This record gives sequence, structure tokens and C-alpha cells, in this order.
Amino acid sequence: MEWIVAIVIGVMTASGVYLVLRARTFPVVLGLTLLSYAVNVFLFTMGRLQVGQAAIISPDAHAYTDPLPQALVLTAIVIAFGMTAFLIVLALKARSELGNDHVDGLSYVAEEQTVKSRQMAGDR
Amino acid sequence: MSSVWPVLPVLLPLIGGIVLLFCRLGGLPLQRSVSLLFTAGLIIITLKTLFVATTAGHQVYLLGNWPAPYGIVLVLDKLSALMVLLTAVLSIFALLYAIAQDTDKQGEDFHSLFQIQLFGLNGAFLTGDLFNLFVFFEVLLLASYGLLLHGGGRLRTRGGLQYVVINLIASSLFLFAVGTLYGVLGTLNIADLADKMATVSADDQGIVAAAALLLLVVFGIKAAIFPLYLWLPAAYANTSAAVAALFAIMTKLGLYAIIRVHGTLFSEQAGPLADLHIDLLLWLGMLTLMLAVFGVFAARGLKEQAAFLILASVATLLVGIGINNSAALSASLYYLVHSTLIGAAMFLLADLVSQGRGSYADRLRSAPAMSRAILLGSLFLISAIAIAGVPPLSGFFGKVLILDSAIGHPFQGWIFITVLLASLLMMIALARSGSILFYQISDEEENDGAALNAKAAAVMMALLMLSPVLVVTAGPVTMLTEQIAEQVSGSQAYIDAVLGQTAVTGK
Repeated sequence: MEWIVAIVIGVMTASGVYLVLRARTFPVVLGLTLLSYAVNVFLFTMGRLQVGQAAIISPDAHAYTDPLPQALVLTAIVIAFGMTAFLIVLALKARSELGNDHVDGLSYVAEEQTVKSRQMAGDR
Repeated sequence: MSSVWPVLPVLLPLIGGIVLLFCRLGGLPLQRSVSLLFTAGLIIITLKTLFVATTAGHQVYLLGNWPAPYGIVLVLDKLSALMVLLTAVLSIFALLYAIAQDTDKQGEDFHSLFQIQLFGLNGAFLTGDLFNLFVFFEVLLLASYGLLLHGGGRLRTRGGLQYVVINLIASSLFLFAVGTLYGVLGTLNIADLADKMATVSADDQGIVAAAALLLLVVFGIKAAIFPLYLWLPAAYANTSAAVAALFAIMTKLGLYAIIRVHGTLFSEQAGPLADLHIDLLLWLGMLTLMLAVFGVFAARGLKEQAAFLILASVATLLVGIGINNSAALSASLYYLVHSTLIGAAMFLLADLVSQGRGSYADRLRSAPAMSRAILLGSLFLISAIAIAGVPPLSGFFGKVLILDSAIGHPFQGWIFITVLLASLLMMIALARSGSILFYQISDEEENDGAALNAKAAAVMMALLMLSPVLVVTAGPVTMLTEQIAEQVSGSQAYIDAVLGQTAVTGK
């Protein structure tokens, strides 16, 4: 089972990193989402993988699974969810204000410079 | 008995933020006075916490009355007390400036976000738990996203988007590092982690080192260390001046986290992993310093220049931490206080200049004369002297103290050359922008800038006046920073205080 989980985390992280490095905002948002999924599974496995064990003290339990990573993952999921929602809204705002969906807004700057140089040529 | 002092600076802005949400019903004047009241209250409380921290040693507060390492703790020591006091002092100036310039009129909930930002900052300075540090980072980041984008505008949105994306990546890395440390050591309490560091088996040392370096990357993004600083100039130069001034403390938070987490975990007790990060910090600091100075030269506007000056101050501090002795740490803390306040003043001044020049804004090109140019020019001269480290102002003292502590270090030649060359280049660049802004006046067109906002200028001057105050009080302040450095380097006392704290028994 460790093998499968490790491969899943690795593939998700690699895909996430690849998407984060893309130039447009939508792949970047998806990449960040994948990264946060990967990190959640990773945190979960850090309590070691157990099947069918109790997380809370009970007299019948023979062994326990670590409850702390579950609490950490819960917090991390909530935070990542809120951040993703915020980022999507911000990406939409940037799309409407900059006129394109490039993360660094490059073409906007280039456009502005061509307009300026045209104006300057016109002044002369 | 658990002390109540670590929790008060965290609680007050949180309550303030919630109360301010309801103050919207009473309009802007009510919001302003309540916000000022809470921030002034924070100064009083943080002064008292500093007093408690210097007289009574470590103060530990057990959240939910669970003793460490099972519960989350807030720890007040001299270093965190200094940082929360600095935050409070900086925030009142930023707030007054925002009010004087009507920054808070550009959108709703400025004051609420401002208090939540302080809540996140103070929480991050006071927490003693690694995962809780992550949570407070997220709190202050969310508030900072709101503040950074406050008012809108194309360039602000672009800088803000990059800032948000890079910080979200940093958060993911933070969680990976935290998870790895938990997987190996089974705890997230900083004191408990440090306690277990010596017992790490030889097989696991590589993993712990990897996690620690990953954490260094995360804090490096916050502190804007080479090669992770590229987001800073765009974000800081394009936001409103009051917010940029408040954010002068945010890069210092990254440095604080390095001192607190890496300094405690990898102190002398850590066995083979001791001082894992120190050499890296020194060299990265020197590299960042040179690149920051090139940035100061290449900047196209005064705000961008101020952002690169913040970067240079972070880099100088990194060199100070990288020298790794008690005197250097003490000197760095003095320089930290100075550079935070004066860096913030520089942003406020850039904003005043930009308003006075109208359509030319803060671009470094000759423009028609602005109103009250002599006053603004003199203020620029004083700020430039303070920030470049020329006598007689506080930047000079900070740099002298740092260089003094570097004597005898194996790389002292490199440190001296880098810091002195950077100061010289910074001075030249600032002289150049000063002469462009204030001497090279073009008479071809009329000045279309606004008249000087007297209230805003007064706030800026008051903030700048803290530099001479820091010189006059250099004796007591360095005494305090020496005490802090001494306390920080003895991390065993921190561990004992946190792990020895007993829960309240309810009788």
C-alpha cells in the first residue's frame, strides 16, 4: 500500500509543479489545487498507514492510528479550499483588468509600450 | 500557573477586527476611531509585555490548558516581545497615514483587514508550535492579500496575483516540511522538536536536514532572500503607501521565523545537524545584498527603489544572522528595528513625492517643480542618510555594530567588502534619484500635482524622527538587544520553560 500512496503523491506533486510553472492563470490554479491535494495525502501518511484502527482511546482497541495528522489535514484542507476560492476570484479580476490571463501580464506591458511608442512617433 | 501575557497581543487585534466589522454601520469616522483605539491599546499592551518579558523570563500560555507537547503553546520571550512592540509601533504610523491619505475610503473593511493582519503577525511572533505558525502565516497572508489589493488598479492586481500565487506555493512547501518533521520526530512543538533533535538516528538525519532546508525556502520566500525575492518589488511598489509601510515588518517575520525555528532546532545541542543553515544564510545574504543594490540602481521609480531598499535591509540582516555570534545577533536586532521603521518611512515619503508630482508620479525623470519641494527634499535627504547608513543616523550605528561583530569571522573580508560596497552604491543611487527628483526641474509645463497633504507629511516626519530617537537611546536599546541575543542563543532555557509548564488545575 505504501508504494501506491507514494506514487500517487509523487505524480500529483509533479503534475502540480508542472502546471504551476505554466504562463496562464487557469493552469496555475489547477496546479496549486493538485499541490494541495498532494500535501494533504502526504500529511495523512506521515502518521503511518493503518487500516481499521481506532483513533480515539477505547478499551476494545488493540492498536491505534495517529489522530494528529487527521486534525492537521482537516485544517490544511479548509485553508487550501479558502485560498483556492480567493485565487480564482483574483484570477478573474486580473483577466478583466489586464485584458489577458497571463500570470505576469507581459503582453499587457508590451501592448502599452507599443501604444506609447506610436504616440511618441505621432508627436514628432 | 500559565501566564496571560503571551495571549493578550494576539487576542486584542482579533477582537478589534471583529468589532470593526460591526462598526461599518456607524460609518467611517467610527471605524477610524475604533481602529485607532485598538492599535493604541496594542502599543500599551505590548509595552507591558516587553516589560514582563525582560523582567520575568519566558512566559508560556497553554491554549486549552493542554500541557506541551500535546497542546499548542504561545511563548513570550524577549525576542517575540520586541517584535510585537515593533509591529504595534509601525502599525499606528501606517494607520494614521492611511487615515490622513483617505486610503481607507477606497473600499470597505480596510480597518478590519488591518486588525486581522496584526492578529496574524502577533500570533506568528508568539506561537511555539510549528503547525500553529503555519496557521498564523495563512491568517496574516489572507489579510495581506486584501490589504495589498485594496483600492484596485491594473498594476496592483498584477503584482498582487504574483504575490498570492508565490505565497500559496510557499504554503504547500511549508506543509510538506511540517509533515516530514512530524513523520520523523513525532511532534510539532518547537521546543519538543529541539529537544528530540539530538536523538535523531543517523539514517533519519538526511530527512530532517531536507525538511529544515525546505522550511528555509518557505521562510526565504517570506523574507525575500535570493533567488526568491522577485515578487517583492512588484507587490510593494504598486500597493498603497500605508500598506507597503506596514508590510515592512512582513519580510522581517521571515527572518524572525528563521531565528526562532532554525535557531532553536539547530543550536549547539542538535549534534551533527547543528548550524546546518548558517553558512547558507551568510552567502545568500551577501548575494541578495548585491542584487538588491543593483535593483536600487535600476529602479524606474521611487517606490520601486524603496522596495529594493527593504530588500537590501533584509539582506544585511541575513548577513548579521549568518555571522552567527551573540554580538552579531544583537547588532542585527538593532538594525532590524531601525530598518523596519525607516524603510516604512521611505514608502510614505515616496507616496508624498508621487502626489506632489502629479502625472509624473514617482518616476525618476525630470518634472516641473512640486509644491513644498524644499521640505520634501530635506525629508528625502534625512531618510536617505538613515537608510544608506551614513552617520549620524541610526543606520550607521546598526551597520557599524554588525561589521564590528564580523571581525574575526573566517569570511570577514568578504563581509566587509560586500556591506561597505553596498552602502556606497546605495548612497550613489539615492543621491542620483534625489538630484533627479529635486534639482532637475523642467520648466516646459505646469506642475499638475496636488498640494502637500500636511497631516500625512506630519505622520511621515514623526516616523522618520524615530531614527534620531534610536541614536539617542542606542545605549538602552543595545542593552536590550544584547539581552535578547543572550536569551536566544541559550535555547535550552526555552525548551525547559515550554516543556516544564504545568496545566492549571482548576481548584
